Amino acid sequence: MHPSPEKQRDMLRQMQTIRRFEERASADFRSGAIYGVVHSYIGEEAVAVGVCAALNREDQIISTHRGHGHCIAKGADLNRMMAELYGREAGYCKGKGGSMHIADFGIGMLGANGIVAGGIPIVTGAGLAAQLEGKGRVAVSFFGDGASNAGPFHESINIAGAWKLPMLYVCENNMYAVQTPAAKSLAFKDVAARAAGYGIPGVIVDGNDVLAVYEAAVEAVARARAGDGPTLIECKTYRWRAHTERPAQPDYRPPEEIEAWKKKDPIPRLVRHLKQQQGQFSDEEWQELDKQVLKALEDSVTFAKASPFPATDAALEDVYAD
Amino acid sequence: MGSGQAMRRITYDQAGMEAVAEEMRREPKSFHLGTDAPPALLKEFGAQRVRATPIAESALTGIAVGAAGSGFRPIVNWSQVTFCFVAMDQIVNQAAKIHYMFGGQVTFPILFRASVGGGTRRAAQHSQSPYSMFMNVAGLKIILPSTPYDMKGLLKSAMRDDNPVISFESGRLGALEGEVPEDDYTIPLGKADIKRAGSDVTIVALAWLVHEALAAADSLAKEGISAEVIDPRSLVPLDADTIRASVRKTGRLVIADEAGPTAGASAEIAALVAEDPETFSCLKAPVKRVCALQVPIPYSPGLEDHVFPDRKKISAGARFVVRRVPVDGGRT
Repeated sequence: MHPSPEKQRDMLRQMQTIRRFEERASADFRSGAIYGVVHSYIGEEAVAVGVCAALNREDQIISTHRGHGHCIAKGADLNRMMAELYGREAGYCKGKGGSMHIADFGIGMLGANGIVAGGIPIVTGAGLAAQLEGKGRVAVSFFGDGASNAGPFHESINIAGAWKLPMLYVCENNMYAVQTPAAKSLAFKDVAARAAGYGIPGVIVDGNDVLAVYEAAVEAVARARAGDGPTLIECKTYRWRAHTERPAQPDYRPPEEIEAWKKKDPIPRLVRHLKQQQGQFSDEEWQELDKQVLKALEDSVTFAKASPFPATDAALEDVYAD
Repeated sequence: MGSGQAMRRITYDQAGMEAVAEEMRREPKSFHLGTDAPPALLKEFGAQRVRATPIAESALTGIAVGAAGSGFRPIVNWSQVTFCFVAMDQIVNQAAKIHYMFGGQVTFPILFRASVGGGTRRAAQHSQSPYSMFMNVAGLKIILPSTPYDMKGLLKSAMRDDNPVISFESGRLGALEGEVPEDDYTIPLGKADIKRAGSDVTIVALAWLVHEALAAADSLAKEGISAEVIDPRSLVPLDADTIRASVRKTGRLVIADEAGPTAGASAEIAALVAEDPETFSCLKAPVKRVCALQVPIPYSPGLEDHVFPDRKKISAGARFVVRRVPVDGGRT
């Protein structure tokens, strides 16, 4: 069942927020205001938004090195996100984490993670915590096709299956692990097929269709809350940008492949759907929504720039909890 | 140990098990993960809180990190330290750094337990003492108990600590008996213990070698050498003050470690003595390290015993720094 028109508009706003956030983060990275590395989520917005729309605030997620989208979809504060990218004191991690380590435990966002597959066992621990508490919370692991070939994925999903943990394992199959095509590294083309080996449902979804992702997530969440254990959802999608935004980053993917996927942009797809379904969502409303999103992002940059850099003494803080 | 406390003799392993059971009774948010469920814990706390995991150390270590970040206080038994190497990402990249890199948002209270050391004729992969590898990673605390009393008191502190703590426990000491109070007590992390007082040479010894150093001190006393034996008990934080104060008194330092010397805990202890101007100025002899040879541990008994330090080698080291008696026919 499709979500209400209001909810669809919220999902559209979130997807557009991610898109605009990534455009801004890439631009500010190139200008030197953001340091280190930025991995763009553009093209994959429907996965984070579709799944998180099926969750409650107290449900937990874990992200990857490509983490901004999951953060925004789970409801993170743009100001504190941007301040973290800018390396400022007001950032989510007080300027200690940067793009690859944004977390907001208060909204159940257990962090981006710079190690491929590194977050999967951790969020499985959140799933165990949810089961021990018995309050119906679920935990969601986002990861890529690359991580699905790594040991921690298999170890974790086996334990979650054996213990019936309330988990969703959401594979964002964007067809490439850095530069290596998934077609060359997966023994079988569908990650979802691996679910059979762990005795859990495996579902393939069009990862550029936010409503399809949402519906698959709703079903998996219901199953998890009912105590029936985890589901593996494979979202077939594509990243528009190179692996990172570094200027020297090579991108060996065929240009025509990239262009073909841009035509499957998940955002206009939802706009079209809203217009067809309602006949009420006008171009003016869409423009107004985008204007608001851009304003929120401009505000976040203003907030980030207004925050001081951390004092050097802060380097010694938080190594250990007191 | 306060006077008047009721004491009884239990083993090193029993002390560890008591500590875990008592803390699990005290803290409902604690639970136990390991590839085997200890029967006594399973019986008392049930299968929800005492979980036998698949042999998948990366997952079970990461699960502890995630559960800790979600408000629980997991206790993980890796069994032997060698098995935790397959979980190094979760230990080094995740558990150690997660509090810092997320700006201290939440705490990650986890106890990891692992046996270390050799002497069991189990060859290279099952005879290791790699604690200095973990000392090198900021964000972990590390304890190394040498007696049943220290085992219980340190483990209790570790389980009440809000950080990831690794307890490296000597496999050679499992059956060692010692006095342990009936009542609850803790030993603070980062507080060394002077196991024997002396005036001519300080012997800082780790884990099993504490007992070898005490035996060495007995025989050295008969030769007129008074040795002070210090057990750091925790390696992170390391009690530099107690070690430096002892060396300032004796002017001589021998460090005994079952690990190899290269970038080891022994090197760190030597450095913290050498770097302190006041302590350095008190040194009457070069620092002497008595460590394992820097090789994988071999199987055949004669080879294994040759590789590890023992009371004789510690005594020789002490004679060298006190009287400049050459060790190994002149090779020092």
